[in-house]
Amino acid sequence: MNILTYLIPISLTLGGLGLAAFIYTVKSNQYDDPEGDARRILSDDWDDHPKP
Amino acid sequence: MTAPMRPTPSACPACSAAPAAEAQAARDLPRAQIALSLPTIHCAACISKIERGLDADPRVISARVNLTLKRASIEAAPEVTAEEMRRVVEGLGYEAHELDPGTLNATATDSAGRDLLMRLAVAGFAMMNVMLLSVSVWSGAEAATRDMFHWISAAITFPAIAFSGMPFFRNAWSALRQARLNMDVPITLAIGLALATSLWETMLSGAHAYFDAALALTFFLLAGRYLDHRTRAIARSAAEELTALEVPRATRVTETGDEQVNVSGLAVGDVIRVRPGGRMPVDGEIVTGTSELDRSLLTGEARPVFAGPGQAVSAGEVNLTGPLTLRATAVGSDTSLHRMADLVAIAESGRSRYTSLADGAAKLYAPGVHILAGFSFLGWYLYTWDMRTALNIAAAVLIITCPCALGLAVPAVTTAASGRLFRRGMLIKHETALERLAQVDTVVFDKTGTLTSGTPRLTNLDALPPEAVACALALAQGSSHPLARAITDAATEAGVAPAQIRDVTEVPGYGTKGTVDECEVRLGRAGWTGAQGVSETATFLKVGDRPPVAFTFTDALRPGAEAAVEALMRQGKRVILISGDTTPAVEALAQRLGIPDWLAEALPADKAARVEALTGDGARVLMVGDGLNDTAALAAAHVSISPASALDAARVASDIVLLGNDLSTISAACLTARSATRRITENFRIATVYNIVAVPLAVAGLATPLIAALAMSLSSVTVSLNSLRLR
Repeated sequence: MNILTYLIPISLTLGGLGLAAFIYTVKSNQYDDPEGDARRILSDDWDDHPKP
Repeated sequence: MTAPMRPTPSACPACSAAPAAEAQAARDLPRAQIALSLPTIHCAACISKIERGLDADPRVISARVNLTLKRASIEAAPEVTAEEMRRVVEGLGYEAHELDPGTLNATATDSAGRDLLMRLAVAGFAMMNVMLLSVSVWSGAEAATRDMFHWISAAITFPAIAFSGMPFFRNAWSALRQARLNMDVPITLAIGLALATSLWETMLSGAHAYFDAALALTFFLLAGRYLDHRTRAIARSAAEELTALEVPRATRVTETGDEQVNVSGLAVGDVIRVRPGGRMPVDGEIVTGTSELDRSLLTGEARPVFAGPGQAVSAGEVNLTGPLTLRATAVGSDTSLHRMADLVAIAESGRSRYTSLADGAAKLYAPGVHILAGFSFLGWYLYTWDMRTALNIAAAVLIITCPCALGLAVPAVTTAASGRLFRRGMLIKHETALERLAQVDTVVFDKTGTLTSGTPRLTNLDALPPEAVACALALAQGSSHPLARAITDAATEAGVAPAQIRDVTEVPGYGTKGTVDECEVRLGRAGWTGAQGVSETATFLKVGDRPPVAFTFTDALRPGAEAAVEALMRQGKRVILISGDTTPAVEALAQRLGIPDWLAEALPADKAARVEALTGDGARVLMVGDGLNDTAALAAAHVSISPASALDAARVASDIVLLGNDLSTISAACLTARSATRRITENFRIATVYNIVAVPLAVAGLATPLIAALAMSLSSVTVSLNSLRLR
């Protein structure tokens, strides 16, 4: 059962990473316009260079 | 070194050499924040076309289109006006309306919703991890392994609950401080007791720990809260947008010319110009100009009234034909429009007496749970004289009876129902509006602007001599007066060609005149054309010395008005018409729609009094109205609906806003509300059944954390599924 010493921290870290990523998306207003963001990916306006 | 220093935007002269510092200072300059509503955008191409079009203007710093809200927010140099931006977007081929950024929190995203979402995410993360550890305990982990798992669970659970459970703890504390019980008190007690006994058990290396149950409870309840919040946030933002579409701006006449100012910046004594079609921003007295006023939103009277110098006008009236200048006599909160708000406040105190279904359930439920848990603790303690067993069982009872499904029962249904009604064009603004709508047995309608659309329709076209119609059409064509437009519409539809008339001029406040064959023709008010007034809304045509011809009008019905009244009567509801308009007009409409009860020439206070009298007789009144004269009645009614075209004050006072033009959704909404309430009670029953099955196990001391987890998840899932069945 010694494997648990590695597995439990690993699973907690991975889960924590997911949580941190979610909190980052909430904090950076990524849920303000779900419909528009889904469509924006289809536009090729800023494919060659980033939006200034 | 005497060269004059170049003024720089940077505060620090030493930095002036550094362009970065200057750029920083320039960024701190005030900028224009402009919001536009774009109701017709729908695709990726629209977004990039509008954004590119706006960015092409060098003064625009940034432009972002939000497709979900159908809105563009523009940041631009301070001199840019919303009108310019609106024209840019219209030039691209999209409909655009200016939104008032003051009423709209376009930039401030919904922080309360974000806070709840964050807590929900933390609870979800912690629940998944602890549940994994618990599954291994349930499937037979023993001795040291089990203890280790319990300790790890505890280490995750305590900080997670301390953060996620905050809304419940805060609500429970504020309820207890006022010596009341709400849903949050048993929740807090259950979570607290479960955590305490589980920690104690873990210390003594016991078998049962309820860490997973405490977290699952927090997670499900937060999910319910979040749903609830979202539903109302959507409705609130849509209602906000309606308000923001009416930009409170006025034209002030000064010595240097006209200037656009915010209505809040006006003072008593200011001279204000109101264009035809504009709404009076303040109470005042007309200084120059003659015109006609549409006061239907204030008095319910459909017929336009004459306005000339010296006459008093009140905020909210609409100027119809000629430009007017007025001197403000009352501004802001002193205007008659705002004084009406006091009436609303008084009427509204009655509504707070309504106990929602959830509160009613909590009132029954909370004491019952506490008594049950208390008795099982006492019983087991007296039976075994063992504190640990007794406390464990009390915690199990609290966890199992905890209103997890009850917390989801109401929000899941209201979310489903509000979403459905929103798609049909109804905004549910108040959290208990649906429940109250379901109880309605009497419907009170206002006339002008509610059952009728407020646009007149010509009634006697067939009875008029054709040459008179041709003359009238020629005179009416150029005018924007509602009666003139009605004549134009009806005559063009009948295929009448306009007569040849020279020198057509509009005389604001009176009518239109012209010349034909060297004699004067006039189309306008009775007094001006030498006619005798009639009881209906009418305008008169006078050709030369011949007797004047009357054109009579009736208010056009709003689409779906007949269907709505009929459907409501078929549902067994009593329908009443109360209007501030004249008796013949109200009587005619009541007969046309088959409404037996009607009341004409009602003052605002009469309307509210009538609604209160009906309530006093035990009726549950639904008030549908749009004007200022309805506001008090809207607030006094059990539940109220106002169309989107209503005055802002009326929309604020009502629980539900009708976005579309069609009234027939009202009767459908009553049915949806009733089935929603039925689902809510069903959900309560399902939750109770789960409790009835599981509670005896808990009291008997047979409950394990596995049973608690199963009961909790199963009941929550059943309740959510049942809510989705709503039609």
